[in-house]
Amino acid sequence: MKKYNVVTTISYPKKGAMGKTGSWRIFKPILDKAKCVKCLRCWIYCPEATIIRNKDDTVSIDYEYCKGCGICANVCKVKAITMEREVKKK
Amino acid sequence: MAIKDLPDTECVLPGSAACPGCPATMGLRIVFKALGKNTIMVVPACCTAVIESLHPHTSFDIPVMNIAFEAAAAGASGVEAALRQQGKEDTTVVAWAGDGGTYDIGIQALSGALERQTNFIYICYNNQIYSNTGIQRSGATPYGAWTTTTVGGKTEFRKEMGEIIQAHHIPYSAQTCVSYPEDLYNKLKKAKGIKGPKYIEIMAPCPPGWRFPMEKTVEMGTMAVETGAWALYEVENDKMTFNGKSKLILEKKIERKPIEEWIKYQGRFRHLFKPEKDVKRLKAIEEHTDQMWDRYRRCYL
Amino acid sequence: MTLMIDTGNYIAAKAAIMAKPDVVAAYPITPQTTLVEGIANYVKTGEFKGEYICVESEHSAMCACIGASAAGVRTFTGTSSHGLLLMHEMLHWAALARLPVVMCNINRVVGPGWNIWPDENDSISQRDTGWIQFYCSSNQEIFDTIIQAFKLAENEKVLLPVMISYNAFILSHTSMPVEIPDQKEIDDFLRKRKSKWKLDINNPITFGNIILPADYEKIRKDMQNSSENAKKLIPEIAKEWKKKFGRYHGDLIERYKCENAEYILLAMGAIGAESKVSIDNLRKEGLKVGLARVRTFRPFPKEDILKLGKQADLIVIDRNISVGSEGALFSEVKASLYDKSDTKVYGFIAGLGGKDVTYNDIEIICKKAIKGKVKDCEWYGLEGV
Ligand SMILES: Cc1ncc(C[n+]2csc(CCOP(=O)(O)OP(=O)(O)O)c2C)c(N)n1
Ligand code: SF4
Ligand code: SF4
Ligand code: SF4
Ligand SMILES: [Mg+2]
Repeated sequence: MKKYNVVTTISYPKKGAMGKTGSWRIFKPILDKAKCVKCLRCWIYCPEATIIRNKDDTVSIDYEYCKGCGICANVCKVKAITMEREVKKK
Repeated sequence: MAIKDLPDTECVLPGSAACPGCPATMGLRIVFKALGKNTIMVVPACCTAVIESLHPHTSFDIPVMNIAFEAAAAGASGVEAALRQQGKEDTTVVAWAGDGGTYDIGIQALSGALERQTNFIYICYNNQIYSNTGIQRSGATPYGAWTTTTVGGKTEFRKEMGEIIQAHHIPYSAQTCVSYPEDLYNKLKKAKGIKGPKYIEIMAPCPPGWRFPMEKTVEMGTMAVETGAWALYEVENDKMTFNGKSKLILEKKIERKPIEEWIKYQGRFRHLFKPEKDVKRLKAIEEHTDQMWDRYRRCYL
Repeated sequence: MTLMIDTGNYIAAKAAIMAKPDVVAAYPITPQTTLVEGIANYVKTGEFKGEYICVESEHSAMCACIGASAAGVRTFTGTSSHGLLLMHEMLHWAALARLPVVMCNINRVVGPGWNIWPDENDSISQRDTGWIQFYCSSNQEIFDTIIQAFKLAENEKVLLPVMISYNAFILSHTSMPVEIPDQKEIDDFLRKRKSKWKLDINNPITFGNIILPADYEKIRKDMQNSSENAKKLIPEIAKEWKKKFGRYHGDLIERYKCENAEYILLAMGAIGAESKVSIDNLRKEGLKVGLARVRTFRPFPKEDILKLGKQADLIVIDRNISVGSEGALFSEVKASLYDKSDTKVYGFIAGLGGKDVTYNDIEIICKKAIKGKVKDCEWYGLEGV
């Protein structure tokens, strides 16, 4: 990544440009790997790209940035993902 | 193309400023899967300009140029011409604008760029409102919908942008929806392979704007298609083909579901159901939809 | 070198293509029309090899220039009056993006009351957009300034867009002989643009996203610093041009018979040129009057004007009016002197709506000022008032 030496609004790609958006969550998606049929619907619909597609097409969740929208749980036809109330560490 | 065949490419990085459940980032992910990283994107004022997040960082991993609200297509024309001068014709130039930036304030620049045969893909993500400024009506807002500027419900029907685009007789245009990632992917992929102006409009149900729970974005899109409020189609050199459920509705192989089934889940239409059902307006909505499909059948079947 | 006898617009078109822009995007408006037609002809003859985008509005013309410039190439456009006003939002955009777009503006009256004659209210009302503004007074100066403008705008110490204004018809449609250097000489003087930032798939930046006040303020400050740099560079580039081509139109201002002058007239554009005749006549009458033709309204030649003010009383003619205040040049001249000199400054508004301002008028104006019988800012020759 080359930095341009000019004073204008130039911005560089960064994961977490708005910080750790995982802190926005009220509900947390919990994946039951045993139930997952690797259909990848959660992966394709997640608006945040926080469903990680593994090599074997299993999925995992990037909790650092997952905003807890619940779309993954909603599109999973075998109910392998459930939304649970977030317990925030004090 | 099945979901598992879609590539891993990601150009929208996690941790952006988008609302949870955002249809714009949902759509953008698929767009970039189809177009790849050899893409430059031009973005006018709209939610996406915010989604990019705060300087000096950005959530986009491809070059993005922000431009004024009405200027996406004109800005893209300049980028495209410059790339051609530099022999970089393999780079795809995309304008990505909201319905406000497309139907309303940006329609002149868009029409001009299409007429000039600009080699680019213009994508309108249609959330049927001005979201960026806090939910005002646009030319794409449906009849009856509440917005902050149509407090009792919009009194006009939306315009039919697809048909305006078709009047330009460009090589490729299409309507799709975030709920159909394969359809969206295929249309983008096809557009990428065609020279000249391409227009793709993506139905993008917006949870805060339409007032539905954030986990329902996908259903809201599916229902828009199944009720016939939105049609999936593509137009290649003036030949129109309807896709998926829309094709079945067009050919009367299935009946479209009542629009009511779609809008009753959206808070922006609550006044049509409470305190009592507004039969008159609901009927007007259904009739208008039927007329649209009749026109489609007359023209394109 | 060749001699070309042609109108200001055709000369501007020639200069523009000799600067070899990669992209030109423009939209016609009287009296700029023959400029875009001129470029269209060069497309046909093959002398212009760049992209010529015939956009559907001036707003889109400026947007296309911004897009192209952001993608790293040299861009040019031209407009006038309502076209310039339609661009307003994008003028700010180009400057804040630090894109070295070069544009000609043919100064024309603003409607309503459609009127195509010269008047500088169009460009003066764009003065705060961050564009460098030149005002020319001959076709030769138009040619020379356009080439120099690219060099100035693209200099990494400047990186501000440049607007070259000249009066409707008086220059745009009047033929004059102009010396045209050979292409090779121009190429030597003006090298290919090296962009300081660009849209590049190998370096995926986002340009223009949301920004907080503290960072935004730095951008404004840098623009201001760059404009100050331009003040130093404009004379340097003008001198280099003189050395190479033997012609010199002044730097930020052009001084004419200012030595021992007790009164110095300040004016821009065509009135500036016409004033030379008046100065000659007034000198013949024994009046010690000189001329400082202001070539750049932005950056404003504050220091030069202070120097002039220390030497002589100043007479300012404005072909514009900032309604609710006074002539824009008059205001800025006074501001340049504030607290540093108690020179008298006499302000006149003349030639609005394209009304002719002859050397005779200018002589009358000067004599009025010399007699000291002038209101704060006087409207010269206003009929029926
Ligand atoms: C010339 C101009 N007028 C108004 C605005 C304010 N504005 C910014 S975005 C926007 C609405 C955008 O709506 P749309 O294009 O549908 O995108 P969305 O926000 O819904 O994503 C408005 C009105 C502006 N930026 N520029
Ligand atoms: S949607 Fe459900 S079944 Fe499909 S991959 Fe995700 S978790 Fe597994
Ligand atoms: S809850 Fe939403 S953001 Fe989190 S992984 Fe699921 S779909 Fe993605
Ligand atoms: S308002 Fe709607 S479109 Fe805009 S960021 Fe939020 S969810 Fe996305
Ligand atoms: Mg919108």
